[in-house]
Amino acid sequence: MAKMHVKMTVNGKPVEALAEPRTLLIHFLREEMCLTGPHIGCDTTHCGACTVDLDGKSVKSCTIFVGQANGAEITTIEGIANADGSLHVLQEMFREHHGLQCGFCTPGMIVRAHRLLAENPDPTEAEVRMGISGNLCRCTGYQNIVKAILAAAATLNAEKEAAE
Amino acid sequence: MNEQTPPATERAEKLKGLGCARKRVEDARFIQGKGNYVDDIKMPGMLFGDFVRSPYAHARVVSVDKAAALALPGVVAVLTAADLEPLNLHWMPTLAGDKQMVLADGKVLFQGQEVAFVVAEDRYIAADAVELVEVEYEELPVVTDPFKALDPDAPVLREDIADQKEGAHGPRRHPNHIFTWEQGDEAATNAVLAGAAQSENAVVVEEMIQYHRCHPCPLETCGCVASMDKVNGKLTVWGTFQAPHAVRTIASLISGIAEHNIRIVSPDIGGGFGTKVGVYPGYICAIVASIVTGVPVKWVEDRIENLIATAFARDYWMQGKIAATKDGKITGLWCHTTADHGAFDACADPSKFPAGFMNICTGSYDIPTAWLAVDGVYTNKAPGGVAYRCSFRVTEASYFIERMIDILAIKLDMDPVELRMKNFIRKDQFPYQSALGWEYDSGDYHTAMEKVLKAVDYDGLRREQAARVEAFKRGETRKLMGIGVSHFTEIVGAGPVKNCDILGLGMFDSCAIRIHPTGSVTARLGTISQGQGHATTFAQILASEIGIPADDITVEEGDTDTAPYGLGTYGSRSTPVAGAAAAMAGRKIRAKAQMIAAWLLEVHDDDLEWDVDRFVVKGAPERFKTMTELAFAAYNQAVPGLEPGLEAVSYYDPPNMTFPFGAYISVMDIDVDTGEVEIRRFYALDDCGTRINPMIIEGQVHGGLTEAVAIVLGQEIAYDEDGNVMTGTLMDFFLPTAVEAPHYETDHTTTPSPHHPIGAKGVGESPNVGGVSCLANAVNDAFRAFGHVHAQMPHDHWRVWKIAEGLGLHG
Repeated sequence: MAKMHVKMTVNGKPVEALAEPRTLLIHFLREEMCLTGPHIGCDTTHCGACTVDLDGKSVKSCTIFVGQANGAEITTIEGIANADGSLHVLQEMFREHHGLQCGFCTPGMIVRAHRLLAENPDPTEAEVRMGISGNLCRCTGYQNIVKAILAAAATLNAEKEAAE
Repeated sequence: MNEQTPPATERAEKLKGLGCARKRVEDARFIQGKGNYVDDIKMPGMLFGDFVRSPYAHARVVSVDKAAALALPGVVAVLTAADLEPLNLHWMPTLAGDKQMVLADGKVLFQGQEVAFVVAEDRYIAADAVELVEVEYEELPVVTDPFKALDPDAPVLREDIADQKEGAHGPRRHPNHIFTWEQGDEAATNAVLAGAAQSENAVVVEEMIQYHRCHPCPLETCGCVASMDKVNGKLTVWGTFQAPHAVRTIASLISGIAEHNIRIVSPDIGGGFGTKVGVYPGYICAIVASIVTGVPVKWVEDRIENLIATAFARDYWMQGKIAATKDGKITGLWCHTTADHGAFDACADPSKFPAGFMNICTGSYDIPTAWLAVDGVYTNKAPGGVAYRCSFRVTEASYFIERMIDILAIKLDMDPVELRMKNFIRKDQFPYQSALGWEYDSGDYHTAMEKVLKAVDYDGLRREQAARVEAFKRGETRKLMGIGVSHFTEIVGAGPVKNCDILGLGMFDSCAIRIHPTGSVTARLGTISQGQGHATTFAQILASEIGIPADDITVEEGDTDTAPYGLGTYGSRSTPVAGAAAAMAGRKIRAKAQMIAAWLLEVHDDDLEWDVDRFVVKGAPERFKTMTELAFAAYNQAVPGLEPGLEAVSYYDPPNMTFPFGAYISVMDIDVDTGEVEIRRFYALDDCGTRINPMIIEGQVHGGLTEAVAIVLGQEIAYDEDGNVMTGTLMDFFLPTAVEAPHYETDHTTTPSPHHPIGAKGVGESPNVGGVSCLANAVNDAFRAFGHVHAQMPHDHWRVWKIAEGLGLHG
C-alpha cells in the first residue's frame, strides 16, 4: 500500500515518517515511534487506554488515522513529566493515593486527567468522575484515581497561588 | 541496648514490614508509561498472527480455501487443523481433563471459534488475509439452553466423545453431559426437607437462583510472543499467563519440547481476574508458527475476540431448597446446579473439583445437613468457566446462599440480619466442620456483622425505608429504597497438595531468597502479579521475617528460567500459599543467620534472641549482630560446619485452605419508572486475617466491589437462540465508568488464620464474592414490601423496570 508522508510534533519533538494512510495513530505511536505508554484495550473508542493529547484535546488514538494527525501536536504519557525530568504532580499523586494497580489504564488516565485539569483547574469530585468517564479502569474502582486527581489539582493550585 | 541502637519500634518502622501502608514499588514504571506488557514486545523479524473465526455457533466446516489469502503479499502462512494434525496439536488438553480444538476440526461449536490462523508480516496484512480465507460451512441445529441440551433428542455437540460413557469426572449420562459432582448427604437432606414440609413449626423455601454468564474482561486482552531459537533449540514465550510454570509444563507435554528448553515469561500483565489462567488456541498457534517460520510470532486478541471466545465466567443455574424452624433456625440446605460449560470443559478448577469450591455454599451458617449436586453440560457457547475474581465458584456459592437466606427471611417475615445472626457459625465453633466437607479455619462473624450494623445505623436505615414505602404508596415519591445485606465466607489459598492439583501438578507455591553480601535481597516466587502489588507486599512479609528493609528487597516473578516452580496467581492464593512460602524461606534465612551470629559472638545459638533486625545475646543487649553484618559475614567468614552464602528456598504445601470473610451493607435508591439504580452507600468490612498492606487491601476491595457493581447491574455475555453473542463489544458489555462506580467505605476486623505462618488469609477476591450478593439483595429488597421475592441478575434498568411492572407499580 502506498505510504504517505506525515509530520507532527510528539512530546515536543518534531517527527517525520512514511506511513500507510490507514495506519491508526495508536499503532504509529506504539510501533513506529516506540512510545508504548498508550495502550490498546478495546479498539472501539470505549476504554480510553490509548488516550493521548492532540492539539489540546484528549483523543482516543485507536480511532484516528495517522493522516488525521498530520501537523498536530501530540503529547503521550512519555511527555507528561516536567521539563527537568521530575515527575508531574499527577504522576506523583497517582502513586501517593494508590490510583493504579495493573497500570494498563494509567497512561491514558493520567494524560486525560492532565487535560481535564487544564480545562478545569479546580474540579469537584463529580466533575472529575464525569471528566474521566471516557477512561475505563478494571482494577481500582476509580475511588483512588479520583482522590489522586483532586489532590493533584489542590497541589497545582497551591503552587500557582504561591507563585503569584 | 547501647546508646547507638535506636529503639525497636523505630527500627521496625524502617523495615516497612507487615502492616505498613507502603507505597507501591511497581508504580514508578506504570505512571511514566514504562510498563512492559506483552504487546509492547517488539523483536526483529517478528510476524503477526490473527484468527479466522466462525460466524456460526454450530456448523460443519466443509472446506477452507487459503489460496487468496496466501496470494496476498506479506502473508507467510495460513494454518488450519489439517496443518496441526501431523503434530498432534489440532486439539489440546484443557485444565478440566477435557480436550479442546485448537483449530476447527471438521466442525465448529461456538460463535467465534478459531478456524484458521493467518501469519503475516504486520497486523494489518494479517487482518486483510483473514478476510480472504474462504470457509464453507453447513449449519447445524444450535443448543444454547443447558436444560434443553440434556433433552433425549438434543443435537449431539461433541461428536468426538458422543459414545464415551465415562468422562474425566465420572459417568456421563447423555452425549451433552460432562459430569455429575455430588457432596453431602442426599438422603438425610431430603428427610429434613420432607419433615419440615409436613411440620407446622417449620418452613421450606425453594427458588432457582441463576448466576448469569459474564466475563472477567481485564483491560489488557490475552496475547503472546512465541520465539523458537532454532540454533540452541530453546522456545521462549512471553504471554499473559497467570500460571507461567503450569503453562511451561503443559507446553512441554503437548509439544514434546523438553521442559528445560522452554522458557515462559509473564511480563507486566494488565489485569487477569481469572481469564489468563488457561491455555488458549492463540498460544498454541503462535508457538507452532514460530517453530515453522523460525522467527518470533506475536498474537494479541482484540476486545471482540476476547469477549466472544476467551474464557467466560459463571453461567450456573442453582436450584435451591432451604428448611428452617419457624423461629428461623436453618435445618437443611439442598442445591442442584446445572452448569453451562459451553463447547469444551475448559474450567480452571483443581482437578478433583469439577465444580470448584461450590461446596462452600453453606456459607457463613451452621447448617447441620446439606446436599449439593452439580451437572456440567455442553452447549454451543464459548468454553471457559474461570474463577472471575473468585476462588473457583465461590462467588456462585456465596450468591446462592445469600439469596436463599434473604428469601427464607421473607417467608419467615424476619429481618435478613436477624436471620443471619441466628444462624452464623459462632466464634467458639472454629475450627468448624461444614456439612459439605470443609474445615473452616477461623472466624468471628457476629462481631463483624455487629460492627457494620452500628456503622451504618441499620435500624435507622430500615425506619427510613419503611417511611419511603409509605410515601411511595401515598404517591409522594417514585423512588424505592433497597438495603442489601451480605455475609460471605470465602475459601481461598488452593491448596493442599493432598486434594488440590491442576493436571496433576500439586498446588503448592514457592519462594527463593538470595541475600547479597551488602545486605540487600533478591526474592523470587512462583506467583505472578497482575496488579495486586506483589513486589511491594511480598517484600513486606520478608522484611518482617528477616529484618532487612523492604526497600532493599527486590521481588521477581513470572520468569520460569529464574523463579522457583509455583502454580501462579488466581483464587486469592498468592498470600495464603506463596506468602507463606516467603515467610518460611525467610525463617530458614534467619536460622542460618543465627548460627553465623552465634559463632561471631562466641555464644551458643540458644543464647541469642531475635530483635527486629538483629540477633542479640540474651541479657547482654550491647552484644549483637545486625542482619546487614550477618549477610556480609555469610560471604567472608569460614564458619565451621556451615556453607558460605545466605540463600533459602521454600516450597510451601498449605495444610488447609484459608477462610476470609466479611460483612457488607449497601443502600440504593431505585427509580420505579426508569429502573435506574443509584448506589447511595456501600459499607464493606473485610476480615482477611493478618493485614500486610492496608493501602493495597483497600485498593483491592474498591476494585472487587466495582466488578460486583458491573456484574449485578448489567454485565452479561448474552446469546440469542442461534448462538450469536449479543454483547461482544464494550458498547454492549457493561463496565462501570467513574460515574457509575459508587464511593465505598471500608472497614475491617482481624481474625488471623491459625495455620498460616503469618496468619494472613488473602483478600483480592472477597469484595467481588460479597459484593455481588450484597447489591443483588438490595435490588430485591427494594421491592420486598410489594410481595417481590426474587429476580434473576443482571439488574439492568430494563429488568428492574420489569420487576416494578410485574408488581403493578406503574399504575
